[in-house]
Amino acid sequence: MKNTTFFQKYGIVVVLAGLIVFFTIMSPAFLTVDNLFNVARQVSMIGITSVGMMFVMLTGGIDLSVGSVLAFVNVVCAYFMVKMNMNPWAACLLCMVISAGFGFLNGVIITKWRVPPIISSMGFMNILSGLAFIISGGLPIYGFDPNFTIMGQGYISIIPIPVIIMIGIFILGWFILNKTYFGRYFYAIGGNEEAAKLAGINVISTKQMVYMLSGIFASLAGIIMLSRLNSGQPTTGTGFEFEVIIAVVLGGVSVNGGSGRIFGVVIGVLIMGILSNGLVLMNVNDYVQDVVQGIVLVIAVGFDCVSKAKSESKLKESVKNKGNAVSA
Amino acid sequence: MDNNIVLEFKNIYKEYPGVHALKDVSFELRKGEVHALVGENGAGKSTLIKTCSGAISPTSGTVVVNGNEFSNLTPLASRENGIGVIYQEFNLVKEMSVAENIFLGRALRNGIVIDKKAMNEKTVELFRQLGIKIDPNVLVKNLTTGYQQMVEIAKAISMESKILIMDEPSASLTNRELDALFQIIRKLKNEGVAIIYISHRLDEIFEVTDRVSVMRDGELITTIDTADSSRDELVRLMVGRELKETFPEREVKKDNEIILEVDHLSGNGLTDVSFNVRKGEILGLGGLIGAGRTEFAQILFGVAHATGGSIRLRDEKLEIKSPSDAIEKGIALVPEDRKQQGVLLHMSIQDNITMPILKRISKYSVINRKKEKEIIEKYKNSLRIKTPSTEQLVNNLSGGNQQKVVLAKWLAAEPDIIVFDEPTRGIDVGAKQEIYAIMDNLAKEGKTLIMISSEMEELIGVSDRIVVLAEGRVTGELQKEEFNQESILKYASMS
Repeated sequence: MKNTTFFQKYGIVVVLAGLIVFFTIMSPAFLTVDNLFNVARQVSMIGITSVGMMFVMLTGGIDLSVGSVLAFVNVVCAYFMVKMNMNPWAACLLCMVISAGFGFLNGVIITKWRVPPIISSMGFMNILSGLAFIISGGLPIYGFDPNFTIMGQGYISIIPIPVIIMIGIFILGWFILNKTYFGRYFYAIGGNEEAAKLAGINVISTKQMVYMLSGIFASLAGIIMLSRLNSGQPTTGTGFEFEVIIAVVLGGVSVNGGSGRIFGVVIGVLIMGILSNGLVLMNVNDYVQDVVQGIVLVIAVGFDCVSKAKSESKLKESVKNKGNAVSA
Repeated sequence: MDNNIVLEFKNIYKEYPGVHALKDVSFELRKGEVHALVGENGAGKSTLIKTCSGAISPTSGTVVVNGNEFSNLTPLASRENGIGVIYQEFNLVKEMSVAENIFLGRALRNGIVIDKKAMNEKTVELFRQLGIKIDPNVLVKNLTTGYQQMVEIAKAISMESKILIMDEPSASLTNRELDALFQIIRKLKNEGVAIIYISHRLDEIFEVTDRVSVMRDGELITTIDTADSSRDELVRLMVGRELKETFPEREVKKDNEIILEVDHLSGNGLTDVSFNVRKGEILGLGGLIGAGRTEFAQILFGVAHATGGSIRLRDEKLEIKSPSDAIEKGIALVPEDRKQQGVLLHMSIQDNITMPILKRISKYSVINRKKEKEIIEKYKNSLRIKTPSTEQLVNNLSGGNQQKVVLAKWLAAEPDIIVFDEPTRGIDVGAKQEIYAIMDNLAKEGKTLIMISSEMEELIGVSDRIVVLAEGRVTGELQKEEFNQESILKYASMS
């Protein structure tokens, strides 16, 4: 009775499996433990950020500022540690707090001034990347405590630490969406804001919260990025927001809000990672990779919209048929 | 006389599964007459109009326009035969000027350039003929609804409609605008245009129409000359039927304490509204659409805000800024538009039921699943929601079961006061009886119910007392022993 077909539910897994088979055949270096961990480490930043993006998109919004948060945190955290000699932990924490503040402000502008999320977050995208350039003067900042690199480059046993953090964030995301009351509010608001409000949900503060969480998760990704690169650069994160959005949409989160599962987003993130890793192993050049990513996005969203239109017209049919039937 | 007939409905039937929306309706419209079409909500007026605007096709029967007989009139054929319909909702483009709207889709051109000047001149000429004073350059969004209505009418006339159908044109007009409308109607009538005028306001019908046809339950009861009729007769004709449904026997408790006191409340379309509600009572709010009943519910539930007066709950002034405040104070609202406002269609029955109390049953933000399950089971069973699983999406339920989900959701929040806005709209007869029984039980348990209903039988059958509103004011109050449809309608059409 559920309005989802098999392909809608599991299609994404089939796509992932298909890609794995394809790249295994095309490149002998693909299906090795080392390479797969490599993929996981490469996608860890997208993965961490995608959880916040997913929250935002469930409520029917979007956050284009995550790439700039990455760049901003990169520069500011480096600045705190190198130029101000701050303790690395304190610097990271402070960066997360600042990013949370920007995310919250974005949420306030969206809810109180009723600026469309795409515009408001685009504004923050410009503000933050501009600030990153101003603070760094356009130059990389380096020379951190060697211990700081562990976060991005270290391992626990054979598992890269960024991957462990990503898994932790996915579990946290699952927990919020499935176990907490406010996680359920995200779905309610994205599906029907008016009915959600009439059910007593504080729509405004819930929305402010999702943008704040998006900022926090993006800043965590920025810190990992900094630790991996070992230098703070204002140019990191260009186009990052789109990779995150593609992963979330691939994962089956509706662009209109209201539906999506964390498991799907995990698969979406993996597809993004495997696609770029596999294409690199096949020596496909960067520009072609962009083209492939774009095509994947359009097809994924197109598929979502078409299947939704179908299930909606089906629904109308069934409503019509039930129409005035006596008793249920 | 026959030559004078411009529009004729011949034995029109319209059936929807299980419902006869129109039953053997025959009706003729003469040249140069203003013909009123009256009846209660759901009597079939709009459905009949739609058969001649081409919006729907009748199951059987034909429409004759200017001597051409159609069994299935299309919107295009309808327009080509000179039929112009002015709906309650306007079809105007708000961001365009008045003149551009009048000529929408048939703009005057000079080569490929739109000839604004010519359109303005023609609009001015048209308005002069109709006695309308509107600047053709003004954007429609800057006009009041009354003036927008005028533009809509002018647009229909500019298409040289010989038959004009007005569906409640007065609903959004002020008295002065109404006078202007009547002048236009008289003018058109003198020019030979035939007009069907649908309205709930009996005063207008006596002022401007020549004949009146009364519809009831999909049938055309009679057509009479307006001058030979009276208000009382029309009201009797409109409601004259036996009560078909059975309502729970209720024992009216007149001496229960007053729990809710509405004191000179104004704002959101209300003017100086005062009434009381007693504990354990079912108070009916009667009136026409737009009379201020839903608007009152919006204020009580924190969706809209009052500009004056107050509401007191147990002698304490209510300060409600949002629905969550209202829920906290023990107030619940079963809204009018179930699918848009009542339920979250894309979520499961269980998610819907606990939505308002999620926070209450959570500890450190984590939902207590065990408690949640208990609550869901309790209300699913007590309201007899028919479903194989509470994980079912609400989307897949019938209207009656969806409404039960709305009720379950609010009962779980354990309110003291529940407002029901059109509680059985679009619900089949069997489920209606169940809803009535539930409402009766709630009142017996000491909950206070306020019911807004446009269905006369329901209002009379369910309420212990009825307060009638018209145009944002209280126009009458009836005790159970005084209930009768005629007086309610009389109060409701007061202005």
